[in-house]
Amino acid sequence: MPRRRLIQAVNDALFEEMERDPKVIVYGEDVELAIIGDMRGLHERFGPDRVRNTPISEATLTGMAVGLAAAGYRPVLHLMFSNFIYTGMDAIGNQMAKLRLMTGGQIKLPITVIASFGGGACNAAQHSDSAYPVLMNMGGIKVLVPTNSADAKGLLKSAIRDDNPCFFLEPSGRGGDMGMVPDEEYLLPIGEAALLTEGDQATVVAIGRMVKPALATARKLAERGIAVDVIDPRTLVPLDEARLLASVGKTGRLVIVDEARECCGAASQIAAVVAERGFPFLKGPIRRVTPGNVAMPYAANAEAHLLPDEGRITQAVLELVGQG
Amino acid sequence: MTANHAPTNQELLNLYRQMALIRGIEERLRDDNAAGKLPGGVHLYIGQEAVAAGVCAHLTDRDYITSTHRGHGHFLAKGGDPRAMMAEVWGKREGICHGMGGSMHVADVARGILGANGIVGAGLAIATGAALAAQLDGDGKVAVCFFGDGAAHQGVVMECMNIASVWRLPMLFLCENNRYSEFTPSSQITAGKLGDRARAAAIPATEVDGNDVSAVWRAAGDAIERARQGEGPSFVEAHTYRIQGHLEAEALFLQGQRYREQEEIDAWKEKCPLIVTRSQIIARGAGDESVLSKIDTEVAELVHDAAAFAEAGTPADVDLPAQLMFT
Repeated sequence: MPRRRLIQAVNDALFEEMERDPKVIVYGEDVELAIIGDMRGLHERFGPDRVRNTPISEATLTGMAVGLAAAGYRPVLHLMFSNFIYTGMDAIGNQMAKLRLMTGGQIKLPITVIASFGGGACNAAQHSDSAYPVLMNMGGIKVLVPTNSADAKGLLKSAIRDDNPCFFLEPSGRGGDMGMVPDEEYLLPIGEAALLTEGDQATVVAIGRMVKPALATARKLAERGIAVDVIDPRTLVPLDEARLLASVGKTGRLVIVDEARECCGAASQIAAVVAERGFPFLKGPIRRVTPGNVAMPYAANAEAHLLPDEGRITQAVLELVGQG
Repeated sequence: MTANHAPTNQELLNLYRQMALIRGIEERLRDDNAAGKLPGGVHLYIGQEAVAAGVCAHLTDRDYITSTHRGHGHFLAKGGDPRAMMAEVWGKREGICHGMGGSMHVADVARGILGANGIVGAGLAIATGAALAAQLDGDGKVAVCFFGDGAAHQGVVMECMNIASVWRLPMLFLCENNRYSEFTPSSQITAGKLGDRARAAAIPATEVDGNDVSAVWRAAGDAIERARQGEGPSFVEAHTYRIQGHLEAEALFLQGQRYREQEEIDAWKEKCPLIVTRSQIIARGAGDESVLSKIDTEVAELVHDAAAFAEAGTPADVDLPAQLMFT
């Protein structure tokens, strides 16, 4: 099983799916140069018809994905940063999320949109959002938030083959992380959470870039005799509710770590699902560890102050288990 | 193609039939709306029929169109089924979208009708994507986006014209200037000429009398042929007039206020595209009153049949929305 950086795994998935299906095309700003690395070599291999630079016109690029898909292609649109989802929002919110329903099921929309999300790099508020809450609320969009190389490869390949609009969100600053990726053809079903560590004291659900500090926290808590489940949902729509409820059924305590803002966010949705369907299991309040409802500042210290970290996750777990 | 070519006598009769069908269906919708029979609002195309008919006469099922919130005419002219469209407006299960879309969103994807659209200007980017698909397929298909003088002010129009031009996409930007942007006269909110915006993107632009179906047919035919030959996009502005209100129930919103004068509406009624076409047919000897009246009778039967089909339809399936969110 080879070790690949997350960004290489994304690149591998694109190569494999473009080789497999000539209807897969990639477009977006600067995809030919592949400055982020996930597009590297695609233009040379597949040429300008299937890999092409576009002008900076997000409102049009998202709408074009709908037209391309309706006309039989499987477009992969690279939007760079998840904040740019807002720039392209009409076609996302009013077209790709709704046209399948509005046409009475006539249309299939095999669209994949790639963008990186999250803070931690002093990119300031317009390049640091985790824009998935707004996508989750659209209804007709699948939302994928892989956190390691194998998941990234398996989820992207599944997304490209899926007949629905899928947003594949890469964790910002994690592209260089190494991970094992299976040798063989590897597809990960969309909608399955991963249980990363096991314990019976609490359930820690960590999304995207927050998986790393959550795992580090779990290791340190284990040294103190506090064993927790760490769950990576991997996809937010559809959400693996069964996995989450099974874990809370075992532990009775839930901490959700999310880099997105809190109001109507992924953590809030997970909390609502567990409060509604897992209430009898709960031994205490559900805790959300998030930046609150604040935009990400530029200064490194101010950003670090807002982002959930090991200290805040540890504190939340300890309070729930009565040691805080 | 020469600039002077014209539809044949038979083609002109076909264009008249298409326009009469659109008019008949819409007059029926107007009446059904007034009678309180329709579940939602309708935005009628009465007065603009020559544009949809003149353009779509050059298209086949393989070509793509995107349409507007005022989209019944485009749907029918592109070959959409009057029964299925009528049932859709009535919110019935037999509707083309099973009652999930309604009047503003009629679509028949198998016929290349990628949908009327409730978002003003949204069709342009969808058509641009379809045009890229057509170019990649390389088999002579084209995409036509119908949009109005109101949509012309959406920023996405400039984005799409830029991309279509720089990639030489097989595409026609068909701006139907019906002089009103909802309840606002377009003259009040429009700087310069709309065609100049296309010219700024190096797209050839022409203006045409949108109530003269032969003129629309000629201009659209030239543009579509150019697109099929790989020579890139064109822009056509068709000057026409919206006889009905922005939407049928507008009097309820206006509460006695006026945004245009009755004299203006009456003057445009005299330039009704159906009257103009009838005159052309008779002047050219393509047909006489009896030929035209036979067409009118056949169309009236189609309209009656479509309306009866819609009225007798089954209510929409309440479980369908949840099933349709994902494939």
